[in-house]
Amino acid sequence: MSLKQISVFLENKPGTLHAMTTALAQNGVDMRALSLAETKDFGIVRLIVDNVYAATTVLKDAGFIHSLTPVLGVMIPDEPGGLNQVLQVLDGAAVNVEYMYAFLGGADADHAYMIFRVQDGEKAAAALTAHGIRLVDQDEVAGL
Amino acid sequence: MERYYQPEIECASREQIRTWQDERLVRQVRHVWEHMPYYRKKMEAAGLTPNDIKGADDLYKLPFLSKADLREAYPYGLLAKPLKDCVRIQSTSGTTGKRVVAFYTQHDIDLWEDCCARAIMAAGGTDEDVCQVSYGYGLFTGGPGLNGGSHKVGCLTIPTSSGNTERQIMFIRDLQATILCCTPSYAAYLGETMKEMGLTPDQIPLKAGIFGAEAWSEEMRQDIQNTLGIKAYDIYGLTELSGPGVSFECSAQSGMHINEDHFIAEIIDPDTGEVLPEGSQGELVFTSITKEAFPLLRYRTRDICTLTREPCPCGRTHVKMVKPKGRTDDMLIIRGVNVFPSQIETVLLNHGYPANYQIVVDRVKSTDTLDVQVEMTPEMFTDNLGEVSRRQAELVDGLRSMLGLAAKVTLVAPKSIVRSEGKAVRVIDRRKL
Repeated sequence: MSLKQISVFLENKPGTLHAMTTALAQNGVDMRALSLAETKDFGIVRLIVDNVYAATTVLKDAGFIHSLTPVLGVMIPDEPGGLNQVLQVLDGAAVNVEYMYAFLGGADADHAYMIFRVQDGEKAAAALTAHGIRLVDQDEVAGL
Repeated sequence: MERYYQPEIECASREQIRTWQDERLVRQVRHVWEHMPYYRKKMEAAGLTPNDIKGADDLYKLPFLSKADLREAYPYGLLAKPLKDCVRIQSTSGTTGKRVVAFYTQHDIDLWEDCCARAIMAAGGTDEDVCQVSYGYGLFTGGPGLNGGSHKVGCLTIPTSSGNTERQIMFIRDLQATILCCTPSYAAYLGETMKEMGLTPDQIPLKAGIFGAEAWSEEMRQDIQNTLGIKAYDIYGLTELSGPGVSFECSAQSGMHINEDHFIAEIIDPDTGEVLPEGSQGELVFTSITKEAFPLLRYRTRDICTLTREPCPCGRTHVKMVKPKGRTDDMLIIRGVNVFPSQIETVLLNHGYPANYQIVVDRVKSTDTLDVQVEMTPEMFTDNLGEVSRRQAELVDGLRSMLGLAAKVTLVAPKSIVRSEGKAVRVIDRRKL
């Protein structure tokens, strides 16, 4: 059970991020989560969107280099220790987290969502599920 | 099976080639002495008359001609025939100011086209081939030269000239072109475009390509061969000497045979002008021994390369020149280190990057900076910043070990480097030297 993250290569200069969001906006792609990692001269934007096929088609046509990466969307109780509990499970399963970022908006006020990129997705998903932590799939993301 | 356009010449004995060179040089020196006052003055200044040149062994005595002479003598100073006997000019832009204008009689055109025909047949061409000439037609020698050669071989010739990539691909597919002639950078671009269109090498009818007019690396050859599913052959020439076809590659793909019945090649020390022994690396100098209208003697090409007379498996006996590393004009001197764009290209392709790159040289606080800008590709991209940075750092290391100096690598967006339909613009030098 994983989400498809779209990673996009951008030059680190004025206007490149805007050019990408323009292309997505014009084609009605709705973003669910976004994170940006950058170096001095380039950056990688990571996106979770409602319609992966539409978004990748738009990006390809607009000439953006991108790739698809499986990530985990994890539902976390919005309370002290919520994230800690998730990380404890991953730690216990010896899963390394490459990067993670927060998700915008949720189905209810009691939960937050976070995106995890881990080395062994299957192992992480199994461990989390075994501990009663819920993962969201692509259809659920589209419906949010 | 190796094919030859003029087997009796291309496979002649070394003694025979030597005899042609001796006779033709003596005749040419006399022709130049009588009809080119500009060069006669140079000979007189060196205390020479035509009687001092009895054969190719005396060639070293003659004064050099350089690009500076072409500028000084522009436009008619090196013309050795009356204009009424000339039927064509071709021209190339000099990097510094005045254009070079070269003149041709019908005889000169014929011999030039013979040279191009030899190149096409060496690439496997016959009268059953469809040859698409995507070099520019016009003042540039590429289009007219290969066009003439293709006619002589009897290929069906498609004179698309350069540009309009969609139309180029349409003709290649619809008319089943089997031979492509253009610059290597344009061949790479055509390959890239066809790949994007989803065409695999076996869906592309081409079988051979004749690519020249700019320096390209062995790695770029492999790249083009794989994308287009062809054998890619190098061809060399200068407008000053005729155009493409001064030398060309055979099936061995290991150096270009110089058409020694028309040109005598020497390698000299670029600093002292001294002739170097065979096998040495140095500046290539050509003497044109059959041209009538624009017969340059000992013309310094500024190309750095070596010559080899080792027997070639193709059966041709004419001397081979190894792929020039680049012109001394293209050579950059960065922090005192000589850098050829082709060296940078080799490193990029070895690291899995495309040959779409640009080199920006600048001077910051009196230190030269070298920035290699290379386009990101889907193959080289991942979601992992550390991984992309690591590959970038490997490239920096690769450049350091190849060039012996530190270069910056900037990864840029795809298609952000302008594609050339003729000669690629690889270097932007912002230094105010």
